Amino acid sequence: MIGRMLSYQLLCSDLDTGATVRFMSDYFQDAVSTLISLLTLFSFLAVMVLSLVWLERKALGRLQLRLGPTRTGPFGLLQPIADAVKLVLKEDIVPNDAERVIFWVAPIIVVISAFMLWVTIPFTPGIVVENLENMGLFYIGAVGVIGILGLVLAGWGSANKYGVIGGLRAAAQLISYEIPLIMVLISVAIVTQTFNLVDIVNLQSPVPFVLVLPLGFVLFFVAGLAEVGRTPFDIYFAESEIVGGPFVEYSGAHWAVFFLSEYINTFAIATLTVLLFLGGWSGPFLPSIVWLLIKIYAVILLIFWIRGTLPRLRIDQLMAFAWKVMVPLSFYLVVCCSVYVFYEMPWWALTVMSLFGLLAVGVIIYRYITAPARKVAEVRERLRSLQMTQEE
Amino acid sequence: MNMHLVIFSVISAVLISCALGVVISRNIVHSALFLLFALISVAGIYLVLLTEFLAIVQLLIYGGAIVIVILFALMLTRNEEYPRIQNNKLWPIAGILSVLVLITLSVSYFQSDVIRNASTTISPAGVKSLGSSLFTTWAIPFELASLVLLVALIGAIVIARSDKGGN
Repeated sequence: MIGRMLSYQLLCSDLDTGATVRFMSDYFQDAVSTLISLLTLFSFLAVMVLSLVWLERKALGRLQLRLGPTRTGPFGLLQPIADAVKLVLKEDIVPNDAERVIFWVAPIIVVISAFMLWVTIPFTPGIVVENLENMGLFYIGAVGVIGILGLVLAGWGSANKYGVIGGLRAAAQLISYEIPLIMVLISVAIVTQTFNLVDIVNLQSPVPFVLVLPLGFVLFFVAGLAEVGRTPFDIYFAESEIVGGPFVEYSGAHWAVFFLSEYINTFAIATLTVLLFLGGWSGPFLPSIVWLLIKIYAVILLIFWIRGTLPRLRIDQLMAFAWKVMVPLSFYLVVCCSVYVFYEMPWWALTVMSLFGLLAVGVIIYRYITAPARKVAEVRERLRSLQMTQEE
Repeated sequence: MNMHLVIFSVISAVLISCALGVVISRNIVHSALFLLFALISVAGIYLVLLTEFLAIVQLLIYGGAIVIVILFALMLTRNEEYPRIQNNKLWPIAGILSVLVLITLSVSYFQSDVIRNASTTISPAGVKSLGSSLFTTWAIPFELASLVLLVALIGAIVIARSDKGGN
């Protein structure tokens, strides 16, 4: 709805001059063309989700020394379609105690917010539903928040204690990681002096921002993983602990909607990482859209690799990491970017400052991981000195 | 026919019905959901008034964060019975008082010159002009507002801590 509103807003931006008055038919034509581009976007996203499902099952299978899907079609390529058909044909069970209205509304809120994000994401300068020139980056930060509500409502509405626990965890986790995410977006906006995603990509043509803001890249990627609940951060629907959290009572097509929005969000985070830090569609020889897709799939494979490698964080580790590491570092990044812009430093100065922050993260995490070992060594040392004194 | 007016009226109708839903609905979570839709409609009205920045801030802060915090509180209070508004015996008095406030406000609003003197053209303020005026002309009120928020944050921590100290 807001996507349509925003595009309407851009359509009628001639109102402030008052020079031209548009008539119903003009708006109708604009509305029809926007509708067609939205439908194209949705079908594109559906195909992308199918490809992601196949890729995840295949990549994860290889990581776990399995083959992944092989039976349906060549290389199991038709597996996601079989999955989708299975999900839609399944019985859709609504629990007796569930709040019916909220049980129905929650998946819709989640999937609408997942789709709304895509309205302003450009694939190339030409291929975009509505490039919000003044607002693009900020709009992305804002729309992501609405999806959290859907998860909270889903958990509460299904009248299940696991659902409620999952909803609470989702709210706590997603709001906490929203802060560093938005702070990174703000620091990118400070460096580029624009909210326009096309301009941001064009400014990266000599030096992609991953070299200028390595800290920003890491923070954005980690916070993005947490926002879409990929594996190190999937505590809010952890299957082995709270059996699916907010989704525990959902089945069939309803569950498929959550599944769909999760994959769309994963794809969105990968795309935003590419657009903001990896130079977007710029690259030699190949057409720009091909470069963009190559980079997006590389980031997505990285996400799947992380999923296959790392165990999930405990809820207290998760929150401590957000508030004690991510949030301070993201504020540090904003300060660095402001200093850089204010004193008009060369771009490598920002890299140095950013790397310094990254080093700080490394040290903190290293000390955290080695803390038990250090404690053991300390106790041993004390024991030895005790024995020494006894021998004396 | 002015499309601007049509869209404004549609959004206003949605806004008013959702706001009524917040008050009338007996289930408190439904009220929260209505509140979400009402706040999103307010964002829509900001868009009609060509203040995109305000609209997105509205979506981010009110539509997202505040409604989530409300739901967070409500989720911890689900019992056999939902907390019902009518459980409060003073509700007729509260109703009369709020109607009186509404009448006073609307009478004073329609008698004032605000509507007659309002400009009919909209000059959209960009993010840059908004930011520079926030940090130059309105710097002190802005800093005061952030100080108030900081006090609220610290106060919340202190209240949460004092509970623990008792044990």
